[in-house]
Amino acid sequence: MTRTVPAPRATAESTGGFAGVGRDEASLRRFLYGLPGVDQVGLERRAATLATRSIKKGSKLRAIDLAISMIDLTTLEGSDTPGKVASLCAQARRPDAEYPDVPPVAAVCLYPDLVRGAVERLAGSGVQVAAVATAFPSGRSSRAVKLADTALAVDSGAGEIDMVIDRGAFLTGRYGKIHDEIVAVKQACGNAHLKVILETGELAGYDDVRRASWLALLAGGDVIKTSTGKIAPAATLPVVQVMLQAVRDWHRLTGEYRGVKAAGGIRSTKDAIRHLVAVNEVAGPAWLTADLFRFGASSLLADLLRQRRTQVEGHYAGTEYIGAS
Amino acid sequence: MDPWTYAPAPESASLAEVAPSYRPFIDGAFVDGGGEPLKTVNPATEEVLAEVGTASPQDVDRAVAAARRAHEKTWGPMSGAERAKYLFRIARILADRSRELAVLETLDNGKPIRESRDVDVPTAAAHLFHHAGWADKLAFAGLGPDPRPLGVVGAVIPWNFPLLMAVWKIAPALATGNTIVLKPAETTPLTALVLAEIAAEAGLPAGVLNVLPGAGDVGSAVVGHSDVDKVAFTGSTDVGKEIGRRLAGTGRRLTLELGGKAANIVYDDAPLDQAVEGVVDGIFFNQGHVCCAGSRLLVQESIAEEFGELLRARIETLRVGDPLDKNTDVGAINSRVQLDRIVDMAAAGDAEGAVRWTSSCPLPERGLFFPPTVFTGVEQSMRVAREEIFGPVLSVLTFRTPTEAVAKANNTPYGLSAGIWTDKGSKALWTAQRVRAGVVWINTFNRFDPTAPFGGYRESGFGREGGRIGLDAYLHV
Repeated sequence: MTRTVPAPRATAESTGGFAGVGRDEASLRRFLYGLPGVDQVGLERRAATLATRSIKKGSKLRAIDLAISMIDLTTLEGSDTPGKVASLCAQARRPDAEYPDVPPVAAVCLYPDLVRGAVERLAGSGVQVAAVATAFPSGRSSRAVKLADTALAVDSGAGEIDMVIDRGAFLTGRYGKIHDEIVAVKQACGNAHLKVILETGELAGYDDVRRASWLALLAGGDVIKTSTGKIAPAATLPVVQVMLQAVRDWHRLTGEYRGVKAAGGIRSTKDAIRHLVAVNEVAGPAWLTADLFRFGASSLLADLLRQRRTQVEGHYAGTEYIGAS
Repeated sequence: MDPWTYAPAPESASLAEVAPSYRPFIDGAFVDGGGEPLKTVNPATEEVLAEVGTASPQDVDRAVAAARRAHEKTWGPMSGAERAKYLFRIARILADRSRELAVLETLDNGKPIRESRDVDVPTAAAHLFHHAGWADKLAFAGLGPDPRPLGVVGAVIPWNFPLLMAVWKIAPALATGNTIVLKPAETTPLTALVLAEIAAEAGLPAGVLNVLPGAGDVGSAVVGHSDVDKVAFTGSTDVGKEIGRRLAGTGRRLTLELGGKAANIVYDDAPLDQAVEGVVDGIFFNQGHVCCAGSRLLVQESIAEEFGELLRARIETLRVGDPLDKNTDVGAINSRVQLDRIVDMAAAGDAEGAVRWTSSCPLPERGLFFPPTVFTGVEQSMRVAREEIFGPVLSVLTFRTPTEAVAKANNTPYGLSAGIWTDKGSKALWTAQRVRAGVVWINTFNRFDPTAPFGGYRESGFGREGGRIGLDAYLHV
């Protein structure tokens, strides 16, 4: 699959109907509380129905390759080393050594201090280097530290930044603080793509997920992302559905495409395909590209490769036959 | 690159174990019927599925006599706890054979396998389990100190939920100590006959359950039989009225569950995405062949345009096609007669000036199908707003105030169900109190539960099925 560089887009402030929404705390609050509510029962029912889709044969193989091409292959541990990053990069470029037709993943996702080594190893591969920043995962620091964190990643060559929002501010209703922080980080990103992590598992329900999604979109986030992966629950089908509705509505109202990243808790091919079905049917087929939908995952790739071999070879392959990291 | 599509994922038709021919079930045995055999057709292919023997007037007499004997000799005198054992056993076997029944229902009716598998069959099992639990507790149902069965029940059911409707009649009738003669719909007799087989497998005493396939003449003979103590009918309002006239003055008990033209009221403060889901489910579930279908959308004028946009986009994603495909959302129209009626009603909508919108989904080349259709600009006086279409056709009207919403919702001779969509609890309750409908769903639609009574007002019929109150229709209290 070929990946295109996203076209430059208007900033939130110049966007038609939403100009000025982020100008102060009160207008932001009015806007976010004017969004239609989310009914939990109906939302979860739709998610359950979508999960009954039966994806077989050629459709399944296609979905597996699509899912692989959407992965942000992630390692975010205190014990990460250059060696771990090297093996991650090798797998990102060529996920299955015996099957060169397997597409590379979308990106590797790392802490900022490991970015430089990954950039060198992935040069020319088309695989992006993404870095978490802004005092990931808690977001508990000063704006200066968050911007410095972002600058470290960008200066080291990261093409994508995964920032976290200040959930404490969100839960106390200080939406303006979050908005301004996203705007500042977006500025610090320069040409790098900005993903905004909402950490939905720490928010107070689906109405909050919708408000946080819109807040991030209004402030200029290119992608809204469910979770850090450090908190459960993370990427559930109902939460992702609400976020897909947000980018769908954003496109409906502004004409701009923004993306969604489902991160955390998606470990099996079955889970990944259920998310792709949701992308296809809730946001629309236009979102079935690595530019607009990503999986943040560490162990998902191994299962996708295993299921892919099952589809191709007609029998299950043991993990020991696949060179997964 | 080509768009990602879902490969066909058909459930195997052989699971249904369709026999070449079926026979009426009378007095504990499958017997040759004296009527002219009928051929039941798979509406998705229009191919004949099986030949089904039908009942003659003499067969109706025999079945009613068998039911009477069973009521006097075995089933009536039996303790509630013993009756419960049989019902629990039938429920368990039905659940065991759920996959077979789901595929058979889909073949005979045309509904998507996703619905027969996830709704029809599990809900049927739930009704049996629920009523089995009542059999030995009738004195505690709050209906009276010593409730007694009525005797022999004659039941006639429609083709839209063939197995579920059969169970809706059989489960309460048997739990309360009555015996039953059931006439399934002419176009969908198969699952009721498999249910009879299950009853026999469970050892249900002879005559307690009798199933008589056939057309309207058999139904007429059952409901008009002088030795039937109670008639339970689900079907069209016209036939219901005729039954009402025949039974007037006979002293025989009657419950009628008839047509509907339900309003789905969407206020501007509704959870919009879920309201869209509910409206879609309300009218396209089971191809709209649902008496409680939300066939009239009443949407507040301030959000009508946006809601219409979201609704059309959602309807475009509905997959119409092979009912056996697990990814099909809208299946086949049950019969040529019904398809013709839907086509005529839609033409009436065009002629009266409503604006038709049709999903661009491809339809199969053969079989009986009708695409999801929405009429906007509908006025109260139009036929598409007043008459039951019983198909995948939604009529959209707008309102300005809650008072106007209620007035429009009630501007129909029917009164079976209604839906209300708002995030404001007080408004939902205010509306629910004023809408004349037997069932009101708030922020959901088409939810069925054996504990919740179901039934209508006015031309939608009378009597309730399900729950504690539903037992009353089968008892002297």
